[in-house]
Amino acid sequence: MLTVASLTRAQLAARLGGAGLLVQTGAFVSRIQSPIHSVADGIALLYGDYPLHGADGFADFHVGLRPSGGMRRWYRPQVSFDLDGQQPFEPLPQAHAFPMLEWGLNWCISTRAHAWLMIHAAVVERDGLAAILPAPPGSGKSTLCAALVHRGWRLLSDELALLRPEDGLLVPVPRPVSLKNRSIEVIRGFVADAVLSQPVSNTTKGTVAHLKAPADSVARAHETARPAWIVFPKYEAGAATSLTPIPRARAFFRVADNAFNYSHMGARGFNALAGTIERCASYDFRYSDLDEAMALFAALERPRT
Amino acid sequence: MKLPVLLRLLRDPGLVPKLSLPEWDLALRQATSVNLTPSLLALIEARGLLEQVPAQPRAQFEWVRALATRHRQAVRFEVDCIRAALAPVAAPLLLLKGAAYAMAGLRAGEGRLFGDIDILVPKARLVEIESALMLHGWITTKLDAYDQRYYREWMHELPPMQHMRRRSSIDVHHAILPETAPVRPDPDKLRAGARPVSGSGGLLATLSPCDMVLHSAVHLFFDGEFDKGLRDLLDLHRLLEEFGAEPGFWDALPARARELELSRPLFYALRYSRRLLGTTIPQAVLDAVAAAAPHPLVRALMDALFERALLPMHASCDDALTGPARFVLYVRGNWLRMPPLMLARHLFHKAFISKKDAPQAA
Repeated sequence: MLTVASLTRAQLAARLGGAGLLVQTGAFVSRIQSPIHSVADGIALLYGDYPLHGADGFADFHVGLRPSGGMRRWYRPQVSFDLDGQQPFEPLPQAHAFPMLEWGLNWCISTRAHAWLMIHAAVVERDGLAAILPAPPGSGKSTLCAALVHRGWRLLSDELALLRPEDGLLVPVPRPVSLKNRSIEVIRGFVADAVLSQPVSNTTKGTVAHLKAPADSVARAHETARPAWIVFPKYEAGAATSLTPIPRARAFFRVADNAFNYSHMGARGFNALAGTIERCASYDFRYSDLDEAMALFAALERPRT
Repeated sequence: MKLPVLLRLLRDPGLVPKLSLPEWDLALRQATSVNLTPSLLALIEARGLLEQVPAQPRAQFEWVRALATRHRQAVRFEVDCIRAALAPVAAPLLLLKGAAYAMAGLRAGEGRLFGDIDILVPKARLVEIESALMLHGWITTKLDAYDQRYYREWMHELPPMQHMRRRSSIDVHHAILPETAPVRPDPDKLRAGARPVSGSGGLLATLSPCDMVLHSAVHLFFDGEFDKGLRDLLDLHRLLEEFGAEPGFWDALPARARELELSRPLFYALRYSRRLLGTTIPQAVLDAVAAAAPHPLVRALMDALFERALLPMHASCDDALTGPARFVLYVRGNWLRMPPLMLARHLFHKAFISKKDAPQAA
């Protein structure tokens, strides 16, 4: 299968500026159109390993990042996210175009792909067993996820756990990991060869950069994983590393609170989640030191099922 | 006219094995733009053709299956809540449109997504019915004094009500056209023809088959907004195909339209359902409504307008005249709702005096 890296920079720009670049991330094919250079830069840097489809192929999402017209072209240029003719968001400063693509693609999946129970969580896997890390923004979930996938864990997703109701397995959608503010420097220091997009400051989430997904995780995007642990991470400066079991009923509602489509899925969502909680060990996890966190994850015991 | 691929599929789901992948790509984009993917899935499954849909588009059908299932469940639950709330004042509960199709198990209800539950009640009992709904948690959503007056004096329904906790909406109608419209089909006649929903123990009812078609036609061809136009045209198509198989339906339809003064909307309904979706309509019925056709020049204009506005709201279906056509129909829709002076006053008020609200969900 051809990958995005098989295109020269000029060919990539021509596709983005023309009929669109069809790129596959896990179960989804997105057609991306944009004449904005920072979008092409971000894609060239972070999406080289992903399968490329021909322009006459099938895409699940047809997205565009378009510069705003009129006077805005010269005075504080803006970018709007276009989903097949609809603009679901307010425009942003044009410098935010690449993060906007990432957020927009997450939004496309979380509002449409109701074949799975979708949980706002990072998912990593090792030896066939997956850890789900559900968390609200600011909890240090992405930092932890970025560190784990450079210490022997496979990245399934940084944002979206897709739980398949039929068999309770997790479906990967490995995309770049979104890092914010101080995490950017933390990960630069922790991962020697980290490939990061140009940091963008003053977004609604502060300064944002995206970390390239490991090539092996992208290559194994079709391999599902069985959930074994649900870990609610919480970064706290100076906190001692601690792992506290959570009672099952409580874990159930906390995961449901973090699901995008729990109510849409009805009884299937309930059953899928109940089965997952039943088979997993659930914990609250506090940390401040990434090395200690890695050691603790490496020592996680297989749950008895 | 070359029909968009979505319309060709809705006309004839037998096309499924013949579509190329780029055609599927476009068909699903068009379907998504008008929220018709679940209905398309229902049509394809009814023909047993889902297996022949290529894997990628088939995956998208599986995305919407959960929504359709959940929606059906939610409608049943909501209808039951309304029925219980209104049991002392409005039994049986007469359902209109989407809720009626769903509860009566009609094909038009399969995969159809809708936001509000519509009911028809006697005007004389509106006060009691509104109170009963308020006691059970529904509150009026249009709090502006002008909007309240607009609905209560001129419209054929109460201001839409929303349940405080469930956020579900209900439209309580006492007629099918505004008080201010030039034609006012007698609601007593509609209620007299109502049929019980089988299996509801006599607690739920729908309009008669002819009246369901006529109401759907009025709703589509008297209205000014066409964002759900194709969905409503598909309702007409599926109602006509299903009821058309019942003995006596086709004989009764034109006569009932004359009785309710709704021959013109029936003419449009049959014309565009047939032209855009290929509905099978007996020649005798077409002849019977031909007298209700507008002047040939007007008809040509209406063809140009409706055959643009009823297409999916998607760039692939638009031409240079799509925008103007939708605008002209918007003005026409308002024109048909009230006399010119009243309309001018209403639009003036909406434009300059009403406080600008946050946009409301459709």
